Order: sequence, then C-alpha cells, then structure tokens
Amino acid sequence: MVKNCVGMLLAGGEGKRLGALTKNLAKPAVPFGGKYRIIDFTLSNCVNSGMQHVGVMTQYSPLELNRHIGNGEAWDLNRMDGAMTVLSPYTERNGGDWYNGTADAIYQNTHFIDEHDPEYVLVISGDHIYQMDYGQLLEQHKRTGADATISVMPVAWEEASRFGILHTLDNGRIYEFAEKPEHPKSNLASMGIYMFTWKVLKSYLQQDANNEYSSHDFGKDIIPAMLGDECHMYAYQFTGYWKDVGTVQSYWEANMDLLDEDLQLSLNNKNRRVYSNESNIPPEYIDETAEVTYSLINSGCWICGKVDSSVLFENVKIGKGSKVCRSILHPGVTVGENVTLERVIVKENTEIPAGTHISISADEEPLVIDQHSLEHIEATLEKDEEELYS
Amino acid sequence: METMMGLINLGHEHHFFHELTYFRNGATIPFAGKYRLIDFPLSNMRNSDVEEIAIFVPNKYRSLMDHLGSGGDWGVGRRHGGLFILPPDWNDPSDISKGDLRFFHNNRDYFERGKSSYVLVSGSQFITNTDYHDAFIAHLQSGADVTLITTNIEELNKEHDSRFRIEADADGWVKDLTNDKQNSKLFTGVYIINKALLLELTDQCIAHHKDHFFVHGIKDNLQDLKVKTFENKGYGAFVDSIESFYRHNLNLLQADNYRALFYKKPFIRTKIGNEPPAKYRQHAQVKKSIVANGCVIEGNVEGSVLFRGVSVTEGATVKDSIIMQRCTIDSGVHLENVILDKDVHVTANQQLIGSKEKPYVIAKNRVL
Repeated sequence: MVKNCVGMLLAGGEGKRLGALTKNLAKPAVPFGGKYRIIDFTLSNCVNSGMQHVGVMTQYSPLELNRHIGNGEAWDLNRMDGAMTVLSPYTERNGGDWYNGTADAIYQNTHFIDEHDPEYVLVISGDHIYQMDYGQLLEQHKRTGADATISVMPVAWEEASRFGILHTLDNGRIYEFAEKPEHPKSNLASMGIYMFTWKVLKSYLQQDANNEYSSHDFGKDIIPAMLGDECHMYAYQFTGYWKDVGTVQSYWEANMDLLDEDLQLSLNNKNRRVYSNESNIPPEYIDETAEVTYSLINSGCWICGKVDSSVLFENVKIGKGSKVCRSILHPGVTVGENVTLERVIVKENTEIPAGTHISISADEEPLVIDQHSLEHIEATLEKDEEELYS
Repeated sequence: METMMGLINLGHEHHFFHELTYFRNGATIPFAGKYRLIDFPLSNMRNSDVEEIAIFVPNKYRSLMDHLGSGGDWGVGRRHGGLFILPPDWNDPSDISKGDLRFFHNNRDYFERGKSSYVLVSGSQFITNTDYHDAFIAHLQSGADVTLITTNIEELNKEHDSRFRIEADADGWVKDLTNDKQNSKLFTGVYIINKALLLELTDQCIAHHKDHFFVHGIKDNLQDLKVKTFENKGYGAFVDSIESFYRHNLNLLQADNYRALFYKKPFIRTKIGNEPPAKYRQHAQVKKSIVANGCVIEGNVEGSVLFRGVSVTEGATVKDSIIMQRCTIDSGVHLENVILDKDVHVTANQQLIGSKEKPYVIAKNRVL
C-alpha cells in the first residue's frame, strides 16, 4: 500500500508526433493493445501499487478521455477511502489559465495535493506503456532520504536524444541531467516518472511559477533547478518493459510487442492486471474461411479473412479473401472482401471498401488511415490506374 | 404511461443438466462464450423498459448473486427499484402456501410496492433476443387478463416435450394448453399479467392448497380468464438439458443464428469481466468457432465455443466442443463432442470423445 503519497497523472498532452492518431483525441485516450487506451497502463499501475489518491490532469480534447475514465470504476478507483479526481484547468476570481507545462499543471493543483497532506507526490504521465510497482520506487525514495527520485532506463544510443538523459554516481545519486541533449554522454533515460518529497517540490514549484522566463517543465526547469541546488536526487533503475509511445512508429512497435511470447509486459498476468473500461459485447466469431495467427483479437470481431501479426480492437469485421498483416485496426473498422492491408493503422469506424490494397514497406513509417484519408488514397490509386491505361 | 414490472421465476424450471448444476443454479449455466442463461430474460426485460425486476430463486443461489451483483451491468442497478434477488428465507409457522406460491406469498411486498400495474413473468430457459414492447401494447389493447408469449418451432424434438402447446382461436384467444406433440405453437414461459389478478390468483391458489402458480392459477382457470397469445418472432431456443445446452451452443456457430441472437440491437448484456483480447499464437488454427477474451490459443480449434480465459496449447485439438472459463488443454490432447465445465485441466496426450447425442461432460475443477 502506497500511503502518504498522492499520484498526479499528466494526461493533457496533445501528442503532436502521433499525427492523425491524436486528431480530436488526447494522447492518453488513443486506443492501444486491442481493448485498452494508453492511459489504462498508468491507471492500472496506480491501482496495482495500492495508490489511494490519483489526480488526473486533463486538457487537450478531453471528451473521449473523460468518457473513458468516467468515475474511475473500471480501475476500482471510485472507493470511499481512495479515489480518482479529474483535474481540468479552470479559472477563478483572480484569473486562471490553461496548464502551461507539466510543472505548472501540478502547481495549479497545489490545493488538491495539500488536501490529502501527503509526504510524497508521484508525478507520472498517461502516455507510456509499462507495468511498474510504484511502491518499490517509494521504498527506495524513503531509504535514500531523497528529495526527488527519477525512474530511469537505458535506451538505445541513437534514441537517447529524444529523452532526458541522467548521469549518476555509483550509489545512484544524480549529478547531471540533460533534457533531450543533441550529443548524449549517457544512455540512461528519464522515464518521466518522478517521486518527490512534497515539501521540497512545493517550494520549487512556487519559485518556478514566479519565474517568467521558465517554461514550467519538469525536465527543463524543475529538475535542473533542484540539481543546481544540490538536492538529494537519485535514480531508480527500472528493469521491466517500458515504451514511450510518442510517435507513430513507436506506437506501432509497442502494439506489435504485445504479440511477443516472452515479453515482460503481459496482458495475461493475473497478478498485475491491466484494467480498462469494458463494453458488453459478444465474443468474436471466427468463420470457416478465417485464418488467424500471431494476433490479438477483441470481442465483437467477425473474421472471415486472414489475419496475421495484427491487433484488432472490438467490433472489427474482416471480409472473405482479405489479408490483414502487421496492422492495427481500431474499434468498429470494417474491411470489405479481398482487401490487403499491411503495416497500417486504421482509425475507429473506418470502412475499407472491397478490393482495396494498401501496403507500407518495412522501411517506412506505418500509415495511419481514417475515412477521410482513405478517400484521398483511393483517389490516387484510381489516378494511377488511369495513367496506366491511358 | 403504463409500465411493467418484472419477475424471473426459477421456481419450477425443468432441470436435466446433471454435472452442470452440481454447483450452480440452472439459470447461471454459462452459455455462448461469456453469457449465462439468466442474461437473456434479464436483458430482454431491461430492453422492454422494465425497471424493477425480482428473481425467485429456490436454491444454489450463490452463483446467481455473484453473477448479478447489483444489476449495474444490465442497467438495472438503481438507487430505487432495480434488481431484487429473493431467495427462500422465511419462517412463518402460519404460512400454508406450497411450491412457488410460497415465493409469491412471502414477497407480496415486491408487487404491492411496485409502481406498475402489469407484471412481465419469465423463466430462464427460453433463449432469445427481443423486447416485449409490442406484446405489452397488444396486451393493453386487447383488454386481456394474461398474454402468453409463444414461439413457433419448426423442428420439434425431445427438448420440447415438456413445454405447453397452445390452442387458440383465430383472434389469438387461448382455448387450451396441452401436451399435444404435433402442435408446434409452444408457450415460452414468458407472459404478461395484470398485477391485481396476479395477487388475486395467488390468494385463491393458496386457499386451495395449490403449489404451482402458472398451472393452477392460470392454466386451470382458462375458462374464466381472458388469455391471449403473442408470437415471438426470430431466433428462439429452449435450453433445459445437457443435450439441448450442447446443441444450442453449437447451433450458434451457424453465422445467421449468432448474428440474430447477439448482433441485433438491443444487445444481450452480461457481467462485465476484465480479460485481455484473445491471443492467437504462431501456430493457432481456428475455424468456425466462438472465442471469448482472455483465451490463449496455439492449437487447433474447430466448431467449438471457448469461454473466457481458456488456454489451448500447441498440438492440442478441440473439435465440436464447449470449453468453459479458464480451462487448460495441454499439448497432444484431442477433444471431440466434449463439454468441459469451468477450471478443468486436461493434461497432455489424452483423448476425450463423446457423441453428438451424448456429449462427454466433465464437472467443474477437475484435473484429468
């Protein structure tokens, strides 16, 4: 049980690099893994770690996100002695503002945290795929008497410049931090999961709020400021599966990772469940003409064609003679007969007409398709044919 | 606006389920991958805008209470009204009622406090996806005391033997309820009755030491009551034995039947679980089957119904079988015409083969 600790979940991100996937949809609400949304992993971590109070800070296009998390019932976060609270930006008599950066979002909710009078505050975000026991992070934080503990993981060197990179002493104490460095000197990346001693963080948030030159960001401002003052900051080494699904490529990869047999991240792990807001729909129907291998298929699907290495969300229909390969099909997608799809991500309720062929090669980024872009693709396909026959 | 209140009476149901009801009530027998029989009458009532539903349950009600909870998953979890599970727990020494009349007698409050003047009564063994709006309108317009919902069965067989057949005149007024085996117009066990009449018949039956509300209260009084019929169209099946359970599960593998029962709005609802999507591994071969979430399949599955969380290992074959929740089937196993109840583990290289007429049934929690 994680006591004396309030979880603050940053769920307002626009997720620009996810392109069409986050059109009118907050990044944490993007469908993931056949029936989940990205935020389910963090929320489930909170429940599985025994967090009692979680504040979810929403901002960008929150309709779908709010509808999804509802009152937190699906995660058991609607209990009398523990609860989830949605914290949206607001105005009051003397003004108010949108959340201007991650640190500002926490600062604007200082009163919410103070209500629970915690010793520690856990800052997490709703756009990473991983299963972590925050209790262990808190244990280490207490043991080292740290002001801040940052969860870290080694990443591939060529990706290191996408992350906040840490340098630590042998005992794990952080002595240097570089946010998205051009030439990283280490590959130890911050996972964006921070445990703070609330009293210390609060004073830094106040200082930061008064600094008009600050971008009010944990990575850019708060962490460097704390380091500058020689606060006790330690790295927490995480060894499990973790993926920042910030780009279409990494989103697609993380989905494909779920198909892996020996992955540390398992949806079937009974001791560490991933919860989601589940709908009441019938089990999938696999027709005589179907072939399904190496895939995740959710309830309500009706499969008559061939599906390989793919993730199908609820109520997806695949017509006879169609082949779906290395693709992700969001809820309600209908694929007509004799369609070929390879390395594509099809958005909710898109109808793909019979005979369509869309195949993206392995060296390109997977293509995100919705009804609108499909018309565009079709138009170019038809034009190609016209040119061919003219 | 007139409304109906609901009653699911499990008091006098036919039970030929053997192993499947050792540990549970007949109404909670799992069906079609993730449902239980009770889900059908409950969803149909809710879809008929019935907002108060009582369930008379004579025994083994733990599984029923566990499954239904507060009724929220069916949309009947209300602060006022909603779902009432009414087990038999009464110790009135002066009570002389017998049979299911004890339920009516001891739960008079439910009917008296209810806001509706009409009651929709159902059992749990008629499987269909419908709403009773039209039947209710017809009931009100005809001025009938009771409206019996009927179904027309094209292919009559053994499971229908115990069902009442209806003889009605051209206008649909019921003349007789028989056991005439040639008559294909069957009573579904679902009927609409005026609440005042229900209470009156209850008193009358108890006074005459009767023990079966429908048989003694309605059937025996056909001459004095205005009883009408209303036909339920579309998919309908009676499930009251191992054989009919097996056959109707496998009938759903006919795409048209499955579509008619589950892909027609309003949907049948059930208790919400939290299982990941089914995982089909590298060597999985699945044909003509219904697969629920949480399954992990790397063997061969054909013509079968797999409930939630079933695991079929590589090299195992499951054919024309019904595998309930969380069963594990190890490699080299061959199952054909088999029903495995929940949590059965079939260890490597075994063969279990039943016949279409007599499927091989394994009770809950066994390791083979």
